[in-house]
Amino acid sequence: MSVIEKIISQLSNPGRDSLIPVLQAVQEEEGFISRESVIEIGKALDLPASKIYGVATFYNQFRFTPYGKWNIQVCRGTACHVKGSAALLSRIERELGIGAGETTKDGFFSIEIVSCIGACGLAPVIAVNGNFHARVTPDDVPVILKHYRSIQPEESKQ
Amino acid sequence: MIQIEVNNRQVEANKGELLLTAIRRAGIKVPTLCHFEGLPPSGACRLCVVEMDGRLAPSCATTVSEGMKCQTHSAKAVRARKTIIELLLADHPDDCLYCVRNGNCDLQTLAEEYGVRTRRYQGEKSSCHLDVSSPALERDPAKCILCGKCVRVCEEIQNVSAIDFVGRGSKTRIETAFNDGLNMSSCVFCGQCIKVCPTGALREKSSTKEVLEAIADPDKYVVVQHAPAISVSIGEAFGLKPGVECSGPLNGALRRIGFDKVFDTSFTADLTIMEEGAEFVSRFKNKGKLPMITSCSPGWVKYAEQFYPDMLDNLSSCKSPQQMMGAVIKNYFAEKSNIDPKKIFSVSVMPCIAKKFEVTRDEMLNDGVPDIDAVITTRELVRLMKMRGLDLNSIEPEPADNPLSLKTGAGKIFATSGGVMEAALRSAYFLLTGKELDSLDIKVVRGLEGRKEAKININGTEVGIAVVSGLKNASDLLDEIRAGRSDLHFIEIMACPGGCINGGGQPIGVTPEAVAARMKSLYSIDKNEKYRASHLNPDIQKLYKDYLGEPLGHKSHKLLHTHYAKRDVVK
Ligand code: SF4
Ligand code: SF4
Ligand code: SF4
Ligand code: FES
Ligand code: FES
Repeated sequence: MSVIEKIISQLSNPGRDSLIPVLQAVQEEEGFISRESVIEIGKALDLPASKIYGVATFYNQFRFTPYGKWNIQVCRGTACHVKGSAALLSRIERELGIGAGETTKDGFFSIEIVSCIGACGLAPVIAVNGNFHARVTPDDVPVILKHYRSIQPEESKQ
Repeated sequence: MIQIEVNNRQVEANKGELLLTAIRRAGIKVPTLCHFEGLPPSGACRLCVVEMDGRLAPSCATTVSEGMKCQTHSAKAVRARKTIIELLLADHPDDCLYCVRNGNCDLQTLAEEYGVRTRRYQGEKSSCHLDVSSPALERDPAKCILCGKCVRVCEEIQNVSAIDFVGRGSKTRIETAFNDGLNMSSCVFCGQCIKVCPTGALREKSSTKEVLEAIADPDKYVVVQHAPAISVSIGEAFGLKPGVECSGPLNGALRRIGFDKVFDTSFTADLTIMEEGAEFVSRFKNKGKLPMITSCSPGWVKYAEQFYPDMLDNLSSCKSPQQMMGAVIKNYFAEKSNIDPKKIFSVSVMPCIAKKFEVTRDEMLNDGVPDIDAVITTRELVRLMKMRGLDLNSIEPEPADNPLSLKTGAGKIFATSGGVMEAALRSAYFLLTGKELDSLDIKVVRGLEGRKEAKININGTEVGIAVVSGLKNASDLLDEIRAGRSDLHFIEIMACPGGCINGGGQPIGVTPEAVAARMKSLYSIDKNEKYRASHLNPDIQKLYKDYLGEPLGHKSHKLLHTHYAKRDVVK
């Protein structure tokens, strides 16, 4: 049984209305929503791929590429926003040449937007595979990225 | 009937109808961008707002009630509309001069009507990519105002759902799944979305440049065919009443543009009937695969390949009249006229966008030579004519060229839903009984309804027929057959609602009344033709005698028949 078959078999009344829970479960299980998943979900719930893609892109929580080796969570909560997280995010996006929810071609970095991660006192905050970086300015970004480029995830203390 | 008050005047309204409908019936113009006649309101654009008790309400989403009062053009309503238009323009390229819809664009017209003379809002323009991936249709999301009509026609009328709203907020766009582009999507290139789009965001992939280049090339022998729907539609673009038959002036115009020969696709519609009629009779007599389904609508064929691959054996193996004409030109005509087929540049004028895709199919090459080199739509021909300063009203009628133009009434009515069926029955009856039908008018298959069904008695055998147009109607019927329905023998399917007279390549802004007028015109042409059944066409008989042999024979098989295959697309 495929992941999606399993997820759908657990629903009491699978149908078009189950789309969002199914997408959430697939992302939970596989880390992202693949093209194959969209097509398979479409067959199972009788929904066109364009509709599923449309719904999934409406919500920030879904991603369509697997996480990179280093997943950079950028907090866009209120406190971080006030302290300039928008500029920080766009600097990270520019440095990496990808947008939020995407992964670099070499698979090294991905960017994920999160809401308040409970470290408002340190705003603006980013967390790279769980390592927190406090009061990050846009100009800190190249240094931080350089650091992670030089090490493998296993070597860092999680 | 109930009474409502519009702009302080009493207006009659039908119980349960939309306020917008009542207002329009009273002759008052309230603009709309997202309103889709016949589908439930979406209320997306707010352009149709009217003032009621000091509040603004969308008239397209309000049901009338007794004594309802509204002001359609109060200062408040007009200001609201103008603001909406200005906001739309803030995120719109200043591109009118270069735009395919210049002079024929709802947004442009509204900006003019509401007196927008300055740019009040400077917005950040969304950056978008042109989608030119398909052979038939181009999308320019920068000009999209997100009215959603294309999404609705694609899903609710055509049951394709190739496109949808993607993203949210200011990043919302109309996109295919995974932003793959139309070519990878399930789009069948029916072009119905182009016809409902209020702006230049959707348009055909134009081939006028190639056509003009070929005409300018002294080494090319450039021939053109025009589909039966063109002559009853093109007049509207030159101020004529809908449905006025213009074959004569059309032939003249095409010669003036510089085509060496002008042929009438109605002739190969007759040829299609000879082959398809024979195919039906053979399937019927020899217990072949039934119901047989027509295959002249390339949007429908692509739809079948994607969504009903299990039923491809039901499709007639006949090429469409366009492709038959292409094959006949580059073989029979070339041979007869002693012209090297490689020098022939064969153009077709079609009411259809999917025809542009059809000519690119591998199966439509004959020993590496394409049957047709370029397809232009009715709209593109109008542009070419205007470019050449040609006005249909002042061109003397001319006949089309022999030997590929003599048509019957049967060939002409191919342009309407029901016409292929009627034409086929006229000849199939003859093939099965050796006699002509008592009355050639088979009225049960006529009309604009999405589905028409009948039982026809041929020599004591009851033949079940169905005619559907619009792909949602088609899929509803096919689902019944998949579920076991077995009383049908012959089905006509056209992708566009109403058939080619309402094709995706036809002039923008056609009303249902105009489509009906085109249909009426076709039947009156049919009535007045000397020959009204394809097998009676003397030039068709001659073509078989001199060249093809017999229907379904060896030559026909090579030139006039094709095959289909399951098509994997993102769907
Ligand atoms: S879509 Fe309309 S408003 Fe926009 S550029 Fe074209 S003509 Fe002008
Ligand atoms: S051309 Fe037809 S199938 Fe393709 S997107 Fe438009 S409406 Fe849908
Ligand atoms: S492409 Fe045209 S029809 Fe579709 S949403 Fe945009 S403006 Fe409306
Ligand atoms: S808002 Fe960013 S950590 Fe709370
Ligand atoms: S036409 Fe009424 S909201 Fe768009």
